Amino acid sequence: MNTQAVWAIYRFEMARTGRTLLQSLVSPVISTSLYFVVFGAAIGSRIEEVDGVSYGAFIVPGLIMLTVLTQSISNASFGIYFPKFLGSIYELLSAPVSFFEIVIGYVGAAATKSLMIGMIILMTAGLFVPLQIDHPVWMLIFLVLTCVTFSLIGFIIGIWADSFEKLQLVPILVVTPLVFLGGSFYSISMLPPVWQTVTLFNPVLYLISGFRWSFYGAADVSIELSITMIGVFLASSVAIIWWIFKTGYKIKS
Amino acid sequence: MAGATQDKDTSKAIVRISNLSKVYDGGHTALKDVTLDIADGEILALLGPNGAGKTTMISIICGIVTASGGSVTVDGHDIETDYRHTRSLIGLVPQEITLEPFETVSRTVGFSRGLFGKRADKGYIEKVLRSLSLWDKRNDKIVTLSGGMKRRVLIAKALSHEPRILFLDEPTAGVDVELRKDMWKLVRKLSDDGVTIILTTHYIEEAETIADRIGVINRGELLLVENKDTLMQRMGKKQMEISLHSPIDAVPDALASYRLERANGGSTLIYTYDTKAERTGITKLLADLNATGLKLRDLQTRQSSLEQIFVDLVRSSS
Repeated sequence: MNTQAVWAIYRFEMARTGRTLLQSLVSPVISTSLYFVVFGAAIGSRIEEVDGVSYGAFIVPGLIMLTVLTQSISNASFGIYFPKFLGSIYELLSAPVSFFEIVIGYVGAAATKSLMIGMIILMTAGLFVPLQIDHPVWMLIFLVLTCVTFSLIGFIIGIWADSFEKLQLVPILVVTPLVFLGGSFYSISMLPPVWQTVTLFNPVLYLISGFRWSFYGAADVSIELSITMIGVFLASSVAIIWWIFKTGYKIKS
Repeated sequence: MAGATQDKDTSKAIVRISNLSKVYDGGHTALKDVTLDIADGEILALLGPNGAGKTTMISIICGIVTASGGSVTVDGHDIETDYRHTRSLIGLVPQEITLEPFETVSRTVGFSRGLFGKRADKGYIEKVLRSLSLWDKRNDKIVTLSGGMKRRVLIAKALSHEPRILFLDEPTAGVDVELRKDMWKLVRKLSDDGVTIILTTHYIEEAETIADRIGVINRGELLLVENKDTLMQRMGKKQMEISLHSPIDAVPDALASYRLERANGGSTLIYTYDTKAERTGITKLLADLNATGLKLRDLQTRQSSLEQIFVDLVRSSS
């Protein structure tokens, strides 16, 4: 294994984060704070407790997931799309590095950045609502797996995209609606029965539900199902990336 | 070593290309059954017009493009099955300037070294940057550099992992004369250090000045590969320029068989002859000139350039 190469890619990508620190870290913190002010304090004070948790605290896991999912996708997709756009991808393709190592480098960096942002949001949330984490280890496992899985999905999008517009297409048109409709700000038990059934087809529901369970011990779906769904996402992403590199799809001619 | 064209032993080939072909998805055939051995330590210049297949060939060897047929070995290892070994020996300077604009020079060069599996070595990177006059710019962002400096950065990146083989894909396209000469100097220095160099170029002068061997490629076919001096000797034609005292309006009929060209408003006649021929015809021409009463002022001969050889070859293959 070319560990030097993995480390070089990882450090190079993390340096990009360093250069855009304000945009990378401060911006999610500000937007999360705004969510707390609007949903937690202004509207949340008029909403009764959900599953025995104050509304302000209830939305913490959903808010973290919302940011982590979008950030993982945008970090990883941009990370691999930019060299494609510039043409500097020639260096990756001509280096003695396997596709697996390339993925570890890029996805590792994107996932690290998302994890950092997730933790910062968690700490920011602590300024607004009292934090309660019943299963901290599971919380961390869910967070790491989500960061990795959605960074893999972002990597796929970055390979597929051939314009900056396409790069934004999936996060805006698919991911954000799925997160909003996946129970970020509500329990699905608050929905009419028909919509509860429809929501079960939203894969993001299982991530948010599992993550919320690690905080408050209550979930919309069983914890086993949540873990299984993350496993399915992860396996599907790995399979698609394996196919991309095997065929050279949009990378090699 | 400038312009030296000593024969390198291709039986000790470091790159061996066998029946290589490439057909792109759109159906365009970029390479047709190319076979070529590149000797360890030589400087090989690949000449060819745009779209000839030079970049495709380099891209296949480096792993950027997948071949449709044939095989390539580098240092005896297959580029597909043993890509880690083969790619670790190769440095590539691409034709286009493809650099992350907001990175600093030293970070982007250090990144390349790491990518090729080498541990960070500040001393070596400093040596490379100094040799390319980039040391003073090491902390500058790429976006602030001139085009010539960016090209130097590309070379520094290619050299960052101490390659044994260096591919230079039109390294001096669009650079000023000073930088071009600097690059030639660098190529010679690398060659002296034992690095095998394969460069593609549009500039015949470049090939003529620095290459040991010259390959001519057109429409995906390798038309020839030959030692530069041998090539020029074998295919070179000589010309004799005859300066006349008084210009003439037309070549006299008595001299028609020599196919003389009029130049400089008729005050010069040019006779082209084959150096390989048993008789050059010069003696008889001079006698016939005398018989026609034309008075000569001067005579000089010159060897046809590589450029003419190249143009002739490409024309005849087209």
